[in-house]
Amino acid sequence: MLSQTPTKVSQRSALRINPAKTCQPIGAMYAASGIHNCLPYSHGSQGCCSYHRSHLTRHFKEPFMAATSSFTEGASVFGGQPNLLQGLRTAFAAYDPDVIAVNTTCLSETIGDDIPQIIGEAESSGIIPEGKFVIHANTPSYDGSHVTGFSNMCVSMVKYFATRIEDSSEASAPQLNIVPGFVDPADMREIRRLAESVGFTVTMFPDTAGVLDAPQTGSFQMYPDGGVTVDELRNLGRGVKTLALGPFASAEAALQLDKIAGVPHEVLDLPVGIAATDRFIGALNALGAAIPDEITTQRGQLVDLMCDVQQHFYNKKVAIFGDPDHVLSLTEFCRDLGMIPVHILTGTPGKAFGRKATEILGDKADQTNIEGEQDLFLLHQLIKNQPVDLLVGTSYGKYIARAEDIPFVRFGWPILDRFGHALIPSLGYAGAIQLISKMSDALLDRRDRDSTEWQFELVL
Amino acid sequence: MTEVLAGRARQVTRSGSATPDIDCDRQSVAGSVSQRACTFCGSRVVLYPIADAVHLVHGPIGCAVYTWDVRGALSSGPELHRLSFSTDLRERHVVFGGERQLEDSLMELIGKHHPKAAFVYGTCIVGVIGDDVPAICKKVSAKTGIPCIPVQSEGFQGSKRQGYDAACEALMALIGTGDTAGIPQHSVNILGDFNLAGEIWIIRDYLKRMGVEVVAQLTGDGRVDDIRRAHGAGLNLVQCSGSTTKLAMQMQEKYGIPFKRVSFFGLDDMAGALYAIAEHFKDPQILARTRELVAEEIAKTLPVVSQCRQDLEGKRAAIYVGGSFKAISLVKALRLIGMKTVLVGSQTGTKEDYAYLSDLCDPGTIIVDDSNPAELSSFLSEGKADLFIGGVKERPLAYKLGVAFCDHNHERKLPLEGFVGMANFAREVHGSVCSPVWQFAPRHAISKLSEEV
Repeated sequence: MLSQTPTKVSQRSALRINPAKTCQPIGAMYAASGIHNCLPYSHGSQGCCSYHRSHLTRHFKEPFMAATSSFTEGASVFGGQPNLLQGLRTAFAAYDPDVIAVNTTCLSETIGDDIPQIIGEAESSGIIPEGKFVIHANTPSYDGSHVTGFSNMCVSMVKYFATRIEDSSEASAPQLNIVPGFVDPADMREIRRLAESVGFTVTMFPDTAGVLDAPQTGSFQMYPDGGVTVDELRNLGRGVKTLALGPFASAEAALQLDKIAGVPHEVLDLPVGIAATDRFIGALNALGAAIPDEITTQRGQLVDLMCDVQQHFYNKKVAIFGDPDHVLSLTEFCRDLGMIPVHILTGTPGKAFGRKATEILGDKADQTNIEGEQDLFLLHQLIKNQPVDLLVGTSYGKYIARAEDIPFVRFGWPILDRFGHALIPSLGYAGAIQLISKMSDALLDRRDRDSTEWQFELVL
Repeated sequence: MTEVLAGRARQVTRSGSATPDIDCDRQSVAGSVSQRACTFCGSRVVLYPIADAVHLVHGPIGCAVYTWDVRGALSSGPELHRLSFSTDLRERHVVFGGERQLEDSLMELIGKHHPKAAFVYGTCIVGVIGDDVPAICKKVSAKTGIPCIPVQSEGFQGSKRQGYDAACEALMALIGTGDTAGIPQHSVNILGDFNLAGEIWIIRDYLKRMGVEVVAQLTGDGRVDDIRRAHGAGLNLVQCSGSTTKLAMQMQEKYGIPFKRVSFFGLDDMAGALYAIAEHFKDPQILARTRELVAEEIAKTLPVVSQCRQDLEGKRAAIYVGGSFKAISLVKALRLIGMKTVLVGSQTGTKEDYAYLSDLCDPGTIIVDDSNPAELSSFLSEGKADLFIGGVKERPLAYKLGVAFCDHNHERKLPLEGFVGMANFAREVHGSVCSPVWQFAPRHAISKLSEEV
C-alpha cells in the first residue's frame, strides 16, 4: 500500500497524508467516559458521535456509549440550541446518567453555539433533574488534537466541580489527586495501585478503569462500575497535591485545580520507562510517603531485566511516533536502554514537544529527527532515508513496518488490530517490564528470522 | 417487554402484530445513543473503493482519520484509496476560508500521485464557512486535466442515506465521459458492491461463466476509466439497494439502462439474482449456462450448510445491519442453517422492506428501525438470542451479553456473497455460536448451574 512513497522529502504546504493525530472531540469523549455514571454527549452531526464510538470500540473492544445532538441542516443555520435542549431532555429521561458531558464539534463551534448559555437555559427550564449535572468542554476539531480534547474535558471536570476546601482534617489518609493522561484503563489501575500502596487516598480523574475494561457479567450495563464520582470531583479541593502525568494531556487540569481550589500541582512526564517512573515515585516520596518494599522490589526486577537484555538493545536504531506525552517518555526509556531514537514524531501541535525532546536527548539530540505536528507519510520518508531497526507506535505504523520490513511494537492509542492492550499496563515499572518484553521479542524474532542456518541459535 | 425511547415507539414493531407499519427514514431523536452515522459517512462508504482515484477529505482531521482504511474494500491493482488525505483545516481556515488550502492540497496531491480522478468530500464545516468546493474543483481540473469531483457530503445534511445520494451525484459526473465502443449487449454494471473481502471477484467469476461482461464496478475494486463508460452497459445490477438505487434510476432516465435489485447473499437470493440476469438478456445459452453454474455451486455449498445446520438447528439470531434489503437475505440465509430470527433491524431501512420482513419472519419477531444499544441489548435478552449479526458498534454489545457474533459489515474478513459466501457464512456463524468460550459466560454458566440443581 505504501509502495509509492517517494524517498525524497518534498515540502508540502497544505496537504496532510496519513495523519498521526485525530480530532479533539474523541479525546473529550474518552475523558468523559472516566466519570462514573456519565454519558458523553457530542454536540454536532450524528456522524461525529458514531465515528468516535466506533473508533474507541475498536481500540478498547468494549461498547462505548455516547449521545449526539444529531444536527440537521436547520440546526446548522439557526443554531443548535433546540437540539441540545431536546437532546439533554431525551438523554436524562432515557438513560438516567448522573452527568452529561457535552463536547462541541467543529460544526457547533463554527456556528457559534454558546454552550454555557444553553446549559443555563436547560437548568432554568427544569430539563436537568435535581442532583444531576451537565458539564461541557469546547473542543473544536480544527484546533489541537485528540490529546487537547482529552485535556479540555479534564479541565471542565475541575471547573464544574472543584472548589476550595479549607478543612482537610476528615481524611485519615492524605488525598492525592492524579490526572493520569490519555492512557489505557490498565495504566490508570497501575498508577492508582502505586500511589495507594504508599498510603494515599487517590482521586484519579478521569478514571476509565472499571469502565472500559469491565468484566463480562452477562448483562449490558450502560454505566459500568468504574469512573471518578461527582462526589470525588467535588472534593478535589481536599487534595494535598495534584500530580499531572504528561504535560500535553494533564497539565492544564492540574493548573486549573491549583488556581480554583488552591491545591498545589506538579507536572510530571508520563511514567513510561524507568526514569519517568522514578520521578513519579520520587514525587510520591517527596510528599512524605515511604516507598514500600513491594515497589522497590519491582524496580529491582526491572533493572535486573534491563541488565539481562542490554546487549540486544545497544545501539539499535528506533523510530517512535504517537501522542506527545507517550513519545517523549518512551524516547527517554529507549535512550536508557542503549537505543538510538533516530526519528520521533507526533501529529499533535505544540512547540513544547521539540523543546522537551531536545532536553531529554541532551547532547545526543542532534542524532534524532524531532518532528512535531507531522504525519506518517513524512515518517515513512524519513525512515526510507535513515532506516531503523525497530518501529514503535500505534496500529497505523503497520503499513510502514510492512513496507520497510521493520520489527514493529504497538504502543499508545489507538491499537485497532491486536487484543489485550487495554488490560495490560505500559506505565510504571510493571509497564516498563512489559515494554522491554515486547520490544526485545520483536528484535529477537527478527534476528531469528534473518539468521543463517549456522547463526540460528537456541540460546540468546 | 423492552422499553423504547419516547418518540421512537413507531419505529419498533412485531411481525404478525395488528400494526406492522413502521415509521422509518426519520432523523434520530436528539440525545439518543443512535447507531447511525452521517451524510459524509454515506458518501465515503460508496466512493471509497474506487482505487485509482484520490479521495481528499476537506475539513478538520477527524473525518479523514475515522475513514482511513477501516474497511477491506479490496483492490486488484492500485491502492491509492487506502491512503488518508486531508486538508487538515485549522482555526485560521475557519476564519479566513479554506479554499486556498483545498486548492494547494489538490495540486500537491495530483502532482504527487497522478490519479485518474480526485474526489473532494465536503465536511460539516465546509458547508458552514461557505468554501466554494465546486469552483476550486473546476479550477484544478482545468489546470491539471484530472477530473476533480466535488462530493457535497456535509455531515449535518442527515444520515448516510443523504450521503449515498451525494455519492451518486458525484458518480454521475464521471459516467458518460468515456468511450463505449466495443461493449457487448450482454453486459452489466455492478452497483452497490464494495468488494469487501474480495466479494465482487466471486460475482465477476459467475457472470463470466454465464457469458455476461462486466463494464464497471460501482464501486468495489472500481476504476475511473470503467466508470466513465458505464453508460454503455446493457443492465445495472443494484446489490446494496440503499446506496445506489438512486444512481440506477438516474442512469435509467439519462441513458435508458434498465436495472434490477439483487442480493448476492444466501443461496436463494444469489441464484435468484443470476436467473434474473439470464432472463433479462433472453438468451437461451446464457440461461443454460446459468442453470449449470447454479447447480454446480449449490452442490458444492450444501454439504457445508447441512453440516453446520446440525449444530445450529433451533438456535436464535438477531440482526441489526445498515440497510434493510440485506436483512431480508440474512433472514433467509439463517433459515437455511436452521436458525430462527428473533430480532431484525437496520439503521436506514425502507417501509417496503420492513413490510416484507414482517411477512417473512415468524410471528413475534421484533422489527426495529434506527435502534440504540440499550434497546438492542434488551431485545437480545428478551429474544434469548444465541447470535447477533451486526457491525463494529454491535460486536462488543453481543460479547458483553455472552452472545456469539458475526460481522456482516465493513469488518468482515471472509467473503459472504455468492454461493461460496453462504458456505463461509455458515462456517463463521457455526464457529462463533459453537465456540467453547460461551460456556464460561455468566449467562450460560448460570443457566447451567440451575439445570444441575
